[in-house]
Amino acid sequence: MSLLSIFGVLSGAIFAGTSLLYTTLGEVIHQRSGIVDLGLEGLLLVSAATGFAVTSVSGNPHLGVLAAMLTGGLFNMVFGYLVISRQANQLASGLAMMFFGFGLSALIGNAYVGAMINGLPRILLPGLSGLPLLWTSLFKFDILIYLAIPVAFLVWWLLFRTRWGLGLRAVGENTDAAFASGRNPRLIRYQALFFGGLLAGLGAAHLSIAYTMAWGEYMTGGRGFIAVALVIFSRWQPLQAIVGALLFSGAIAFQLVLQSIGVHISGFLLETIPYVVTILVLIAWGGNRKHSTPASLGRIYYGRE
Amino acid sequence: MIALRGITKSFPGVIANDRVDLDIYGGEVHALLGENGAGKSVLMKILYGFYHADAGQILLNGVPISIASPHDARNARIGMVFQELQLIPVFSVAENIALFLPDLKAVLNRKEIDRRIIEISERYNLKVDPHALVSQISIGEQQKVEILKLLLSDARLLILDEPTRVLAPHEVEALFRVLDNLRKDGYAIILITHKMKDVFECADRISVMRRGRVAGTMLRAEASEDKLVALMFEKALAELKINPKDGADKALEPLLELRGVETRGEGTGTSLKGINLKIYPGEIMGVAGVSGNGQKELCDVVLGMQLCTKGRKFLYGNDLTNHSIQTMRKNGVAFVPENPLSMAAVPFMTVLENMALTNTRRYARRGGFSMDWQAVKAAAEETRKRLGFAVNWYALPKSLSGGQLQRMVIVREMTHAPRLIVASYLTRGLDVQSTIGARQVLVQARESGAGVMLISEDLDELFTLSDRLIVLYGGEIVGEFKPEETDIYKVGHLMTGHEVQHAANS
Amino acid sequence: MPQIANTYRKILNNVVVRYLLLILLALFLFGLIVTIYGKDPFQALKDMFSFTLGSAYGFSEVIVTMIPILITALAVAIPWRVGLINIGGEGQLYIGAAFATWGALTFPNLPAWILLPLMMLLGMLGGALWAFIPGYLKAIGLVNETIVTLLLNSVGILVVGFLIFSFWHSVTDTNMTVIFVPAALLPTFFGTRIHLGLVIGLVLLALYWFVMKYTRWGLEMRAIGGNPQAARRNGIPFKGYLIIVMCIGGAIAGLAGMVMVSGFHHRLLYNVSQNAGFVGFLISWLAGAQPIGILVMSFVVAIIFTGGTLLQLTIALPYAVINILLAFTLFVVLSRQAFFERKKA
Repeated sequence: MSLLSIFGVLSGAIFAGTSLLYTTLGEVIHQRSGIVDLGLEGLLLVSAATGFAVTSVSGNPHLGVLAAMLTGGLFNMVFGYLVISRQANQLASGLAMMFFGFGLSALIGNAYVGAMINGLPRILLPGLSGLPLLWTSLFKFDILIYLAIPVAFLVWWLLFRTRWGLGLRAVGENTDAAFASGRNPRLIRYQALFFGGLLAGLGAAHLSIAYTMAWGEYMTGGRGFIAVALVIFSRWQPLQAIVGALLFSGAIAFQLVLQSIGVHISGFLLETIPYVVTILVLIAWGGNRKHSTPASLGRIYYGRE
Repeated sequence: MIALRGITKSFPGVIANDRVDLDIYGGEVHALLGENGAGKSVLMKILYGFYHADAGQILLNGVPISIASPHDARNARIGMVFQELQLIPVFSVAENIALFLPDLKAVLNRKEIDRRIIEISERYNLKVDPHALVSQISIGEQQKVEILKLLLSDARLLILDEPTRVLAPHEVEALFRVLDNLRKDGYAIILITHKMKDVFECADRISVMRRGRVAGTMLRAEASEDKLVALMFEKALAELKINPKDGADKALEPLLELRGVETRGEGTGTSLKGINLKIYPGEIMGVAGVSGNGQKELCDVVLGMQLCTKGRKFLYGNDLTNHSIQTMRKNGVAFVPENPLSMAAVPFMTVLENMALTNTRRYARRGGFSMDWQAVKAAAEETRKRLGFAVNWYALPKSLSGGQLQRMVIVREMTHAPRLIVASYLTRGLDVQSTIGARQVLVQARESGAGVMLISEDLDELFTLSDRLIVLYGGEIVGEFKPEETDIYKVGHLMTGHEVQHAANS
Repeated sequence: MPQIANTYRKILNNVVVRYLLLILLALFLFGLIVTIYGKDPFQALKDMFSFTLGSAYGFSEVIVTMIPILITALAVAIPWRVGLINIGGEGQLYIGAAFATWGALTFPNLPAWILLPLMMLLGMLGGALWAFIPGYLKAIGLVNETIVTLLLNSVGILVVGFLIFSFWHSVTDTNMTVIFVPAALLPTFFGTRIHLGLVIGLVLLALYWFVMKYTRWGLEMRAIGGNPQAARRNGIPFKGYLIIVMCIGGAIAGLAGMVMVSGFHHRLLYNVSQNAGFVGFLISWLAGAQPIGILVMSFVVAIIFTGGTLLQLTIALPYAVINILLAFTLFVVLSRQAFFERKKA
């Protein structure tokens, strides 16, 4: 197993995992405020389609990224209206948003199937230009990839070092206590959904504008659900999500490496590992009262009597 | 500092506060004494903005203010520590306090927050580690955090609702010292309690509440146990005429026996210690005590819903320690709780369907494929007639009144000739007629040879119905007598923790 | 008595009227989207309904679409009655389909009257096994079943992908198996594509209704769902029911999987469920887990999806767009949450 192939796997994991990381970070924010968002799949599709379309029309990938971000935030406002203002069941609403996303993205993207765009430009890490071509191609990353880890740190900082983050986490743990402290849980949840939607939109942007540079129906392939699993796996911690995203995305790339040393494990089975590990982890902390699920996750907030 | 004038508040069916006048002064600990249902909690919740008074005024330094929500209360520098602590377990102490700081900066300055916490905590001897997670510290320490929360958000009036209930004796000492220091610094403190010890060690001024009214206020110097108990419990015994009791036949085997039973309380629950009791056929054993002193745990142990960490439980002479509730039910143990909708009835099934729940096997036909509703109805009808109730079989519990629900549950529980009935606050919240009906059922059951464990906070009820009486305090039995041998004051003393020689155990 | 009849009539009118209004609202919103897209909304709606309800072929297609979602809705509804949230219908369906496929591929020479019931049993076994894990974990109080069933969905789908790719794929296609032998196919009716799965689904529905209403177990289940504390204090075996009912839900979803491979696709392929698991969840939720509601809602949703297939042909609307109509129907219902709060027991 050559060094090249190891780095190959790493590079592949980074490319594939960036959109997953952004999406997961978004969902971490949602769930920290107590909302389960099963509609991520729909959000990703719509944002990806919009971003792609805008890029195609304007020729400017950065504009497309912005468009995708905003779309994500707005998409979640619809979701927010359902689960916050109308106090609807979060699971059902999430699935409804998923179907909405399936359809809306198909509409938006229909005209652009097969279109070619200028993807996000890839920049080489400074200082590596002396390496042979094979290597440099592995490490030419676009700006979203470079920003991914800093953004993860930003999310961590927001959640744990700011007043807003404290209030948001309180809403997710004990909504009544948050209310008793003079905060408005509904408003905070809307903010969480919007901000998380922006992040997930970024993830979608990376998928269609930088990674595949194409659009097809259902192109997200379940990433929305993978993100939900990843949130649990990373114990709702943004920093642990970085590792998780790499692991979850590296599975396929890893399969190729294994093959090259003669070990044949189906990619499918490798891909199940993250989920299985998540379940095992859940079992392991199950009896432990210190486990980190936000205590009010999934609960509808009815307001004070 | 704060004055309450003419505060009145009613809930459906009960007057919780009846023209209450109260004065709170700075630099004092004011104890609010009374048994359950006296109206103390409601009054304080009105002061804290959780409830709105129907009538009356709140005056702050002579000026009337309106408190419509906890927010207003906090602006008025009033803080309250509830019995159920409102902390977030996964947050650290500092984070919990920071959440409530009125002047928290947008970017948390953790060092600053820590510094402020340490400063105040050292001043009043409320030492806690700001970085510890709330889930890892003891209940006593959690209480300290709650108090710190109030102090750091600038409250000047602190209301503490039954704080000593969850504390160990040395923690109680520590708390009283803290309160003393706060008092010296000019804070006003209201201490809601039912324990005499709290009052005498801590309070400067005492107000006793009874049935929604202030029965009396006095300074500690003027107060004595007897005076206070008299104010708390002054009642003429009710006129309910009950059939003369024939003594329980002690020659028979006890129906239920608990020997040295101990349980472990969860969180803010109470642990039972060294429970020894026997219930004989044909007797009603009353369990007195302020709720929260182990009644729920006792009930659950008998029913088989809670495990004993020590001790043994015997039913009809058989050792059934830690057997499940199914076994208890099969052996004819019945359960009538307060508030049927929470623990005994399924709201969306008809009354008739609820009837069948306790014994579905008996009424199943064809291996469970159908239910013999005729039989259910017949059996329930028979019980209903015997008890003299009126029950609508096809109504849905969610639309019934408390009294009707209780009757429904009683009919169900009495249908299979239970030998032991566990009745837990069964008349709480009921109207007069339903109350009388329920009590008569218990008496009837006793006449027919069943045993009853009656847990109640209504001393009238206990004195008129019980053949024997025990008092629970702090998870232990602190007294056992026959009603004729004692009076309300003695029981009152025991309920509030005063040491009294109790009658020899049988 | 006439009083009661009157109020019933009033409620009926109210309910029917509101349902109608809601459906109209959803259709209106859909029409709006179609218009924005540049097509004629009235034509679209007219096409949709004349096809699905107006032609025999269209109607039969609606029934075909209805079958799997009817069954998966039951797989969600039954655990719902004891308070369990089974959002793992997808995974259970896939595993059930895989078990049934194994049967079809391993025993191609058995006669249909043995093979088909065998496949049904296998399908149910697979689904039940897949649901046992979350059920058991929930009963011993370790993990919330919602999360586990959700995660196992993805695992189930991947496992099936693995089985197809590595073992079962046909020589010509790597992402599906060969077509099953005729003995392994559920018979169809009158030259349409409506297969025996319909009968299976209706029988299950009837059983569900009967069990919940008349039997002792239904009573105990409703008690657990209505007030778990009360059920426990009355001696109803709480944990046992949680596990068994969860397995039953899984078994039914697994049966849906068998029905899909045997009656619809005639083979095992990667997208065997077509999201039936999730749609079933939504249907059960919309119907408040009530039998009649499930029948009606699965029919309505089937109309939506079938109509979408047609619109793809007639006005070149991408099929996926029909999801929007489904979504709007859901939005409209979700926003009226308070009204649709049905009794559970």
